Amino acid sequence: MDPLLSGGIGLSEILIVLLKVVVAFAGLMVGVMAMVWFERKLVADMQNRIGPNRAGPFGILQTLADGIKLFFKEDLQPERSDPFVFKLAPYLALVPAFLVFTVIPIAGNFSDGQDGVVTLFGHETLMQVADPQMGILFVLAMSSVAVYGVMLAGWSSGSKYPLLGSVRASAQMVSYEAALGLSVATVLLFAGTLSTNGIVASQAGWRWNIWMTLLVPFVVFVIAATAELNRPPFDLVEAEQELVGGFHTEYSSIRFALFFLAEFMNTVTMSAVIVTLFLGGPSGPIPSGAPGWVQDFLLPLIYFFAKLLVFLFVFVWFRATLPRFRYDQLMDLGWKFLIPLALGWFLILTAIKVARDQGWNPVVAGAVAALAVVVGGLLLRSSIRAAEDKDFDAVDPADLDGAGA
Amino acid sequence: MGYLDGFLVTFKKWAGTRTDTGRRVTTQYPEEVRPKPERFHGRHVLNRYEDGMEKCIGCELCAGVCPARCIYVRGRDNDPADPTSPGERYGFVYEINYLRCIHCDLCVEACPTEAITETKLFEFAFTNRADAIYTKDELLVGDDGRPQQLPWENWDGGFDPAADTSGWMRATAPAGSAEFEGIVAWAGELGYGVRSPELGQHAPDPSDHDDGHGHDDHDAHGGHH
Repeated sequence: MDPLLSGGIGLSEILIVLLKVVVAFAGLMVGVMAMVWFERKLVADMQNRIGPNRAGPFGILQTLADGIKLFFKEDLQPERSDPFVFKLAPYLALVPAFLVFTVIPIAGNFSDGQDGVVTLFGHETLMQVADPQMGILFVLAMSSVAVYGVMLAGWSSGSKYPLLGSVRASAQMVSYEAALGLSVATVLLFAGTLSTNGIVASQAGWRWNIWMTLLVPFVVFVIAATAELNRPPFDLVEAEQELVGGFHTEYSSIRFALFFLAEFMNTVTMSAVIVTLFLGGPSGPIPSGAPGWVQDFLLPLIYFFAKLLVFLFVFVWFRATLPRFRYDQLMDLGWKFLIPLALGWFLILTAIKVARDQGWNPVVAGAVAALAVVVGGLLLRSSIRAAEDKDFDAVDPADLDGAGA
Repeated sequence: MGYLDGFLVTFKKWAGTRTDTGRRVTTQYPEEVRPKPERFHGRHVLNRYEDGMEKCIGCELCAGVCPARCIYVRGRDNDPADPTSPGERYGFVYEINYLRCIHCDLCVEACPTEAITETKLFEFAFTNRADAIYTKDELLVGDDGRPQQLPWENWDGGFDPAADTSGWMRATAPAGSAEFEGIVAWAGELGYGVRSPELGQHAPDPSDHDDGHGHDDHDAHGGHH
């Protein structure tokens, strides 16, 4: 819980919360605009192009120019669309993207067992808009709600390409949510709390979950997050070559801009979630002699944004490098590889954790769990093989020969 | 690393932006103009002979061959007292609709008198349909043999005979000179200057070159009367 709200709630508390909301929203908007520019520049560099360079220095105002242009464009609505849902969908995509960011701690001193509490206008508080006790569940819930934005946008457009795009989107996002949730579960096992603040605090002193959970959940999470964001190579929701624009084909003007904004906002917030879960959020080495504002705000903010930037770079790098998955490959990767892997890893780490708590030999417990996982994996593999073989056996040449003889 | 190699490739391109690995291929177009290819097809001109006569004889072959049907020609008999072209007839209406033209250069190939050729000018964005239809007055070169600049055309580079004439080649005499028959040569297509030879071609002796007074031009390649 945020210590700000532990006492009585007066005017100053409300004002501080409002200030945090405004600052977080403005900061995120600016961040998203910077991200759009960053992505376009970076992809251009990776493709031997120059990228936007006309609007402002290094083209940094390009996003603003595009936004203004989109704002003044005609707002079209297909005749056969469902008017209410059609208008609602962009907001359903945008609002969850912002809400996820509200639970991300972006600053605060977490070194030496401190819990990131800072003093703001004489009140003790956390550097996040809200710190609900079910913090990370809230993140998962919001990313599920975001599916509705995409799905309803495609459905309400009354047009076939958006519909196909949204069918793909809902299947993809629901599938990868499972892998996402299972890799988060591993983190929760180590943190022992759902609160994002607690998760960051539990990683203090370089006990970052990326290596505490032995890398695998991190890799699974990054892949599943890319799929959840519908970013390349999992962008077959939008698949320009097949579906025109996917779910937002029929959207124009500011409604399209909202989808665009939501997509990039999701990228930023998902990177922030990865940083929070696996890289210790704003924690990092902080010299104890430094003044309070450096300890509480400056250094943690620098650490947080540096880590964030790494993941934004990685997401753009994915886009510049990897070709799009085919739909069956996407489902294979999700269901037959990532989910079993995340689940198996979760079981092994759980066994070790339980063994430690109960005073058993963690190595033996881990080995037994690993054995169970390997056996389960082999069973899964053979069942997949059997299912695959069944199709090919439908017309068996040997049977045909036997019938002929 | 198998399929992870791709990450290294893109990373190198990004990291080596200032080096040869990541050299950018994009040019900053309006400020930085890439040299045009030898045989670039741009807007047309209607050429004239040195004595000011129009080369067009109104035969309508260009209009006939045009796949986009963008050329409209009407011929008319020359006034014997004051002929417009050296032949019997001249093109009295000549219009090209640039909303349809695909710049295939077939009209240039079809023209028996080299009356219509293409320049390398492509920066002629017009803002209304009337401007899109270039009339004979607009297409005809001036007395100096150079194309006229129309108000909406961007001529920032100016016109240079070697650089701006299209690289169209005839396998026949460029100016009616018998010496050129059967030789691939390069005409001063815009009515002035002579193109420099392309790779693999040799410049003919200038003394062989008949200046082409042109009155026999429409007469196949039959030399002088």
